Amino acid sequence: MKAIVCVKQVPDTSGVVAVKEDGTMDRAAMATITNHDDLAAVEAALRIKDATGCKVVVVSMGPPPAEGMLRELLAMGCDEAVLVSAREFGGSDTYATSQILAAAIKKIGVDDDDIVFCGRQAIDGDTAQVGPQIAEKLGMPQVSYVAEINVDGKAVTVKRLLEDGYMTIKVQTPCLLTCVKELNDARYMSVGGIMECYQKPLEVYNYETLKDDPLIDVTTIGLKGSPTNVYKSFSPPVKGAGMMMEGADKATVEKLVSILNDKHII
Amino acid sequence: MDLHLSKEQEMLRKMYRDFAENEVKPLAEWVDENEAFPEETVKKMAKLGMMGIYFPKEYGGAGADVLSYVMAVEEMSKVCGTTGVIISAHTSLCCAPIYENGTEEQKKYYLPKLCSGEWIGAFGLTEPGAGTDAQGQQTTAVKDENGNWVLNGSKIFITNAGYANVFVIFAITGITTDKRGRKKKEISAFIVERTDPGFSVGKHEKKMGIKGSSTCELIMEDCTIPADRLLGKQGKGFGIAMKTLDGGRIGIASQALGLAEGAIEETIKYTKERVQFGRRISQFQNTQFQLADMHAKTEAAKWLVYSAAMKKQNHEPYTMDAAMAKLVAAETASDVTRRCVQLFGGYGYTREYPVERMMRDAKITEIYEGTSEVQRMVISANLGVN
Repeated sequence: MKAIVCVKQVPDTSGVVAVKEDGTMDRAAMATITNHDDLAAVEAALRIKDATGCKVVVVSMGPPPAEGMLRELLAMGCDEAVLVSAREFGGSDTYATSQILAAAIKKIGVDDDDIVFCGRQAIDGDTAQVGPQIAEKLGMPQVSYVAEINVDGKAVTVKRLLEDGYMTIKVQTPCLLTCVKELNDARYMSVGGIMECYQKPLEVYNYETLKDDPLIDVTTIGLKGSPTNVYKSFSPPVKGAGMMMEGADKATVEKLVSILNDKHII
Repeated sequence: MDLHLSKEQEMLRKMYRDFAENEVKPLAEWVDENEAFPEETVKKMAKLGMMGIYFPKEYGGAGADVLSYVMAVEEMSKVCGTTGVIISAHTSLCCAPIYENGTEEQKKYYLPKLCSGEWIGAFGLTEPGAGTDAQGQQTTAVKDENGNWVLNGSKIFITNAGYANVFVIFAITGITTDKRGRKKKEISAFIVERTDPGFSVGKHEKKMGIKGSSTCELIMEDCTIPADRLLGKQGKGFGIAMKTLDGGRIGIASQALGLAEGAIEETIKYTKERVQFGRRISQFQNTQFQLADMHAKTEAAKWLVYSAAMKKQNHEPYTMDAAMAKLVAAETASDVTRRCVQLFGGYGYTREYPVERMMRDAKITEIYEGTSEVQRMVISANLGVN
């Protein structure tokens, strides 16, 4: 058994958000982090490794500096890394990215008892489309919004976090799970892990490696091939600070009602 | 000196920072207020390999280097001086002398337990009558008829004592005569375990700062330990103690460095928020010049600390470097934290903000593991000024 985890290096949105003239994000001008949901996926895979001793392979599509992120994941305990990186892949939307990642995962090799993990969505695009599209392309069952995982041989029982409750689903491997950050708290890199991470295998898949895979239609990848066009990117307006009221007494309730009344909310 | 950090060291720094910010900083005030040893934090640090950073993997260490260890103490101390000294005393004062002087059996037995954090280590040299005058030891160790060592005496101000399982203890094993016919105490080093018969931990000190670090008295009353607990050769204890303290000074210098850096970070943040006379106080030239001076002094201390660490790593002589690093870093930490409290004004004097704690924590760095006066003695002796 092995776990393959898709990860994305994303801009750190807690810092400055820079947007280029063409409306896309100026990633070079922003600090980067590993996407939060993807870290939950990595931790989920590492916990299965802790329990079963399985191998964990992390795969990321991105520019060469994404190697730094992959090394950090190796320092957390992942065993191997694959960086999918080529100029031809740059600017890909979710449709294009999922073709390329599906081909990369196929090349890594998916066995009967393997699980592919993805984060639910990336904080830069917020689409939540790549994971499900990869599953479709690889023809494997998928469960999204995973907030709890129990693996018993080839049977995987997962709890999905939905807006109005939970849904429990049992699924057979090989399968793809998209994880939410509520799933767990990712571990820290360890000192020993950091000392070893540059000795662990990191393979680069470029355009030549993947272009002949039938999962990829080379006319629909990269910025030019992607069907999505970014019209405009902008920072959402900052919301005003909320107001907290404490107390469960009549006076507080009356005050609340009066405020809502004044604002014509009720 | 090349001060470019390796890729691994850069990554370690990032990990230490994340850990300090998320796990250590939120507890720092509680640790101080309650004089509480942060046991859970120590367990978490141990799990990440932070209790044996620069020892080889074959002894259970993480296989990194001395500078990587220095950065760990520095980053923890930026947010909590207590947590910084726990790692420093454990690593420099217990793991290091065992690693550098122990037999293969001693290293194989003790280091994996210490590096994994299963056991915590401490060091016992200071006595009521033997502080800076370390030769003034009164604790004795004599061999009994079974070949065991029997220790009698007490040690004071022992960092980590309340929670440590292993102690490197110094005791008089005889009287020798030097070349000039003067009588001298023969001092030897021993490894003592907390569970050894006749060993007990005494009074817990109430301190001005680093309140969560457990500082206690050790009492040995006919404390009997097997012959194989002698650390290094008999009679070589004083040298082992001095060499251990050379390394320990790098750890304390790192703690001092971290405290100064942490106080500056807090003060920069505060002065950009605090408004007086209609302006942020960071806009006043006094604030700007004070912080510029403090940063420059701290960076200078950092170079000395890192340089001493790299010399130790490269097996170059580093006694004077460690003394200079500790002298400068400790005096910088005291000066910087005091000035930071001043920039905070009245709020700085309250326990609502961390700078008063940092100021209290910083003072000890001028005292323990050799006072600043001792560092000046070491430096001047190395300069041949006598």
